[in-house]
Amino acid sequence: MTVTPAEQAAEAAAVGAGGVGPERELIGRSPGRLALMRLRRDRVAIVSGAMLLVFILVAVCAPLIERLYGVGPLDRFPDRLDANGFPLGYAGVDADHWLGIQPGIGRDIFIQIVYGLRTSLMIAFTGATLTLILGIVLGIVAGYLGGWVDAVITWVLDLVLAFPFYIFCFAMVPLAVHQFYGPRDQESVWFRPALLVLIFVLFNWTSTARLVRGQVLSLREREFVEAARASGAGLGHLLFRQLLPNLWAPILVTYSLNLPSLVTAEAALSFLGIGVLEPTPDLGRLISDSVLYIRDVPSFTIVGGTTLFLLVLAFNLFGDAVRDALDPKSTR
Amino acid sequence: MLRFLVKKILLALTTLAAVSVLTFGLFFVVPTNPAELMCGQGKTVCSAERVAMIERRMGLDQPIHKQYVDFMRGIFVGRTIGSGETARECPAPCLGYSFRSDEPVMNIVARTLPVTLSIVSGAAVVWLVLGVSIGMISALRQGTVFDRIAVGTSLVGASMPILLFGPLLLIVLVYETGLLSYPRYTPITENPLAWASALVLPWFALGFLNSATYARLARAQMLETLSEDFVRTARAKGLPKLAVYARHALRAAITPIVTIAGLDIGIYLGGTVITETVFGFTGLGKTALNAALNLDMPIVMATVLLAAVFVVAANVVVDVLYAVIDPRVRLN
Repeated sequence: MTVTPAEQAAEAAAVGAGGVGPERELIGRSPGRLALMRLRRDRVAIVSGAMLLVFILVAVCAPLIERLYGVGPLDRFPDRLDANGFPLGYAGVDADHWLGIQPGIGRDIFIQIVYGLRTSLMIAFTGATLTLILGIVLGIVAGYLGGWVDAVITWVLDLVLAFPFYIFCFAMVPLAVHQFYGPRDQESVWFRPALLVLIFVLFNWTSTARLVRGQVLSLREREFVEAARASGAGLGHLLFRQLLPNLWAPILVTYSLNLPSLVTAEAALSFLGIGVLEPTPDLGRLISDSVLYIRDVPSFTIVGGTTLFLLVLAFNLFGDAVRDALDPKSTR
Repeated sequence: MLRFLVKKILLALTTLAAVSVLTFGLFFVVPTNPAELMCGQGKTVCSAERVAMIERRMGLDQPIHKQYVDFMRGIFVGRTIGSGETARECPAPCLGYSFRSDEPVMNIVARTLPVTLSIVSGAAVVWLVLGVSIGMISALRQGTVFDRIAVGTSLVGASMPILLFGPLLLIVLVYETGLLSYPRYTPITENPLAWASALVLPWFALGFLNSATYARLARAQMLETLSEDFVRTARAKGLPKLAVYARHALRAAITPIVTIAGLDIGIYLGGTVITETVFGFTGLGKTALNAALNLDMPIVMATVLLAAVFVVAANVVVDVLYAVIDPRVRLN
């Protein structure tokens, strides 16, 4: 019931396979170390973790890759297209353009994907982190205080679950854009991503809040909480210093499973034309652009879609592995 | 049972009322000025009188709370929109008129809902039959080659975004091999065969992707049930294997699957917008998207409400089914 092991578990899983190994001379092992050991022994976790690391590195180092690769996300190569706008050769692949050229607009697909990953991951990580914070605060408050506070939060939670997510996004995004920019003004580059993050947080906090609330309900009658209360601890201390450290394992699992669902949702919204706009590169929009040429240049759709698929797959596999590693039911 | 049902339905109605107030408030507080939108379709500049005339005709000159009451009354008993000589009779269930095309929203819903209904019903059959049976067989044959292939496929399939899978099906089945033609929706009343053949692609796309999740769920549930005492008792008293699996274990294992299937179907009925977009159908989701991009709020309002009704109704149905299927659930 102390802070450190659970926090270590959080850190360990977040860092993935690259964490510090268990020290052999220790006899008693903390839960965090045990989880890390299990994670390191899991081959799927190592592979998916490495995949994730590559994706994240590519996204973070996008400007560096641009410099080494020699092509920017907005550079166009009209001389590599034929009269109909289709890329010359096989999808336009050559030594300078590893994944070919976008038909019509003539951009390099590889660098679009590199920067698209950056957009996607930035929105997903920001969204998931803010979701987590909101969900934890509301869940822990509802679970611990109970009474009418709990009733109100639970009711709002049920209400949010009744809102149809996609249709509500369609309604909200154009309205918000209209409200802030009117029909003709140029939108700021940051507006859409920020709006998407806001919508994701508003719709996604429910699962975390529900989970945390349930856990707190069973924890709040435990002796250590009573002891803290008896020794005069304030509400903030009780909630965030006593209860929260015991919840890190399940919270971490929801976080790691929230990330791929946000990646998918962001790609879907951009695919539908209400997510990230030109000229910001984005995976969903890349796929939607490619579908126009699916008959003649199918490889374009396949390349964009496969990147998204691999990203989601890596997140899901790693999330599953984290859950298995943290699961107290599994054998030590 | 009756009291339980009434309580559930009351709660559902409260949620729906809150959803309607919130959406109405959100859409109508934002000054999109629908009268100008309508009038702007002709290329001429709108005169102030014409805008005022349209506002009167649409009933937009009323205060917002009165507009809301009128809107809700229109759904249940019908209403007269506008006043004076431009007034129009709109029989129940009245959802108002489109800002853009001036078509009754009810007609638009009546045209597009069957499309979504067709997609979801067929896809649900595919994913339930395929997913549940694969999961069950997998659990009964745990550790065999079949099980391992099924587990691996469903693990990967659960991460496959429809943004990749839908276009892939199009590439493979339509453009490269020509096995199917690009789907064109025909109502079932006109030609059931053409209806079914057009829907094969979306059924397969949506059904196959979801069946991965369901196979995983069914397998886990079945494994858990098979390890329970009542299954051993049933075997020990000499019941044949098939009777134990089909009658005793299946009933217990299927309950959570019914819950999730019900909720999924409810959510999908509100619009399978990506599937519809990929395969070129104009269902509820696609209609909502287009309406939102055009700021055509009556249509958006109607689709949000309809989708919320589906979600909430699915919740009630699931709760009732739960009690019917699982004898362990006791209502009071």
